[in-house]
Amino acid sequence: MKVVVCIKQVPDTKGGVKFKPDGTLDRGAMLAIMNPDDKAGLEAALRLKDQYGAEVTVVTMGLPKADAVLREAMAMGADKAVLITDRVLGGADTWATSSTIAGALRNLEYDLIITGRQAIDGDTAQVGPQISEHLHIPVISYAEEIKVDENARTVEVKRQFEDRYHIVKAKMPCLITALSELNEPRYMTPGGIFEAFDRDVTVWGRNDLKDVDDSNIGLKGSPTQIAKASDKVKKGAGEKVVPESDEAAADYILGKLQEKKVV
Amino acid sequence: MALTDYKGVFIFAQQVDGELSNIALELLGKAKDLANDIDEKKVTAVLLGDGVGGLADKLAEYGADRVILVDDPALKDYRTEPYTHALASVIDEFKPEILLVGATAIGRDLGPRVSSRVHTGLTADCTQLDIGDFPLNPVEGQEQKHKQLLMTRPAFGGNTIATIACPEFRPQMATVRPGVMQKIAPISGAKAEVVNYNPGFAENDCYTEILKIVKEVSEIEDIQAAKILVSGGRGVGSPENFKILEDLAKVLHGTVSCSRAVVDSGWKPKDMQVGQTGKTVRPHVYFAIGISGAIQHVAGMEESDIIVAINKDENAPIFDVADYGVVGDLNKIVPLLTKKLEAALAAK
Repeated sequence: MKVVVCIKQVPDTKGGVKFKPDGTLDRGAMLAIMNPDDKAGLEAALRLKDQYGAEVTVVTMGLPKADAVLREAMAMGADKAVLITDRVLGGADTWATSSTIAGALRNLEYDLIITGRQAIDGDTAQVGPQISEHLHIPVISYAEEIKVDENARTVEVKRQFEDRYHIVKAKMPCLITALSELNEPRYMTPGGIFEAFDRDVTVWGRNDLKDVDDSNIGLKGSPTQIAKASDKVKKGAGEKVVPESDEAAADYILGKLQEKKVV
Repeated sequence: MALTDYKGVFIFAQQVDGELSNIALELLGKAKDLANDIDEKKVTAVLLGDGVGGLADKLAEYGADRVILVDDPALKDYRTEPYTHALASVIDEFKPEILLVGATAIGRDLGPRVSSRVHTGLTADCTQLDIGDFPLNPVEGQEQKHKQLLMTRPAFGGNTIATIACPEFRPQMATVRPGVMQKIAPISGAKAEVVNYNPGFAENDCYTEILKIVKEVSEIEDIQAAKILVSGGRGVGSPENFKILEDLAKVLHGTVSCSRAVVDSGWKPKDMQVGQTGKTVRPHVYFAIGISGAIQHVAGMEESDIIVAINKDENAPIFDVADYGVVGDLNKIVPLLTKKLEAALAAK
């Protein structure tokens, strides 16, 4: 069985976001990490490797430095890695990104493609389902459990909704988007780390993409365009008081609620 | 593709088990405004399901002028492929200029798949929608297009905000965060024109089979519907101590909600969580009690009309967004406030 996992290098927003003195986001100062949902997807793939001997290939699209997350994935146990990087692919929205990644995936054999539900930088959750559409394969989003029947060539997935879950069966090949709740990703092994830096990463550029039109990549192939981007203007703070007593504190709030006619 | 062939504002009217989701009504409210701004009179709801035609009246009451109904057994429970086929076929046939979809577990699966199929842009999880020019200001050598859908959304866990347009493709598609847009006051007895449409459903390899549906019944009040929210964070100290918040909520006819830390500690269920990974709320009054105010939390509540914060740490970031901040011990202040409110209400 062959499993391809799509991963993304993202700035870590969890450990506190860094701002420049002028108040804009300091992306350079933030740690670059493997996107958490993607890591859960990789872990799910590695479990299929443990269980069925699946071959796991990780694919990422990004700047050359995204090589780092591929090596991390190999140190965790991935077998092969592909980096899609090319100047002409830059500035892509989710449509162009998914079209690009689909072009790379057409070169690979796969029974299962796993992506994270969403990346913590864009939070769109769109690229996974969009890749599946470009490749004309079924998608099951928001996976919390994955079971594979190799003989029947089907997967059974616990698919989460707000107030319920479905157990969904799909034919392979199939794309699954993973929630970080899916599992607890394993650590890299020391031997794995050592080895990962000697391993080959396949690097593909625009010309290696299969069946992708120039009009469907990069900034030019992106239907959506940014009109305005800004770091969020914080809502101005109101009053802050340090009352002399708890009694005074309660009176202060009561007074404000009455003033605003809440009571 | 002639962009001018695409007309009107459409919404995907999500229903589950034959019941309209709140987001459908919220989208109708917003669609009315947008339709006005592009001089389109009609708002169209696209209703997909099996035996759901009866929902058309409710959609009309909340602002739909027309309902396109695709009623087919293939659409009984949500599955990506038949729903994508239905919605994409409706787009091909009826050519909307704007299509809004809820950013729900269904919409965030359906939206991207449809946008790929019909080849148009999709902006995710929007919190604001306007009609305006693109580019916003004239740029030399670039045509400035008017009456474009400008879709605003937070990114980077709520740290940045971007406004996106889709000037060259139609429909302009957005998924919209639940709880952000306002539904209109229902017009009782309103009727919509109902158009039956069925593109035909032929099973293919993309069809999935639902083996089991397990509903996770929740007794919890809908925090997105609450006018007053009494929200607790890790500073509340223990699950038992939420009692003082419940007492306060009771006096004010409010609802208790919480921060992510509280859910992660297992004190309260996820349905009660406010924030980026929880729910977006905009009540009239939001009490942030023992909540430090991480940016992910603030992203989910900053649109509240009045924010009252109680925290013992005077440097807590919650004070940066609070209208009324009190530095002090919540264990003392909250019960006192409840008592004083009771007295004030009894005196009336």
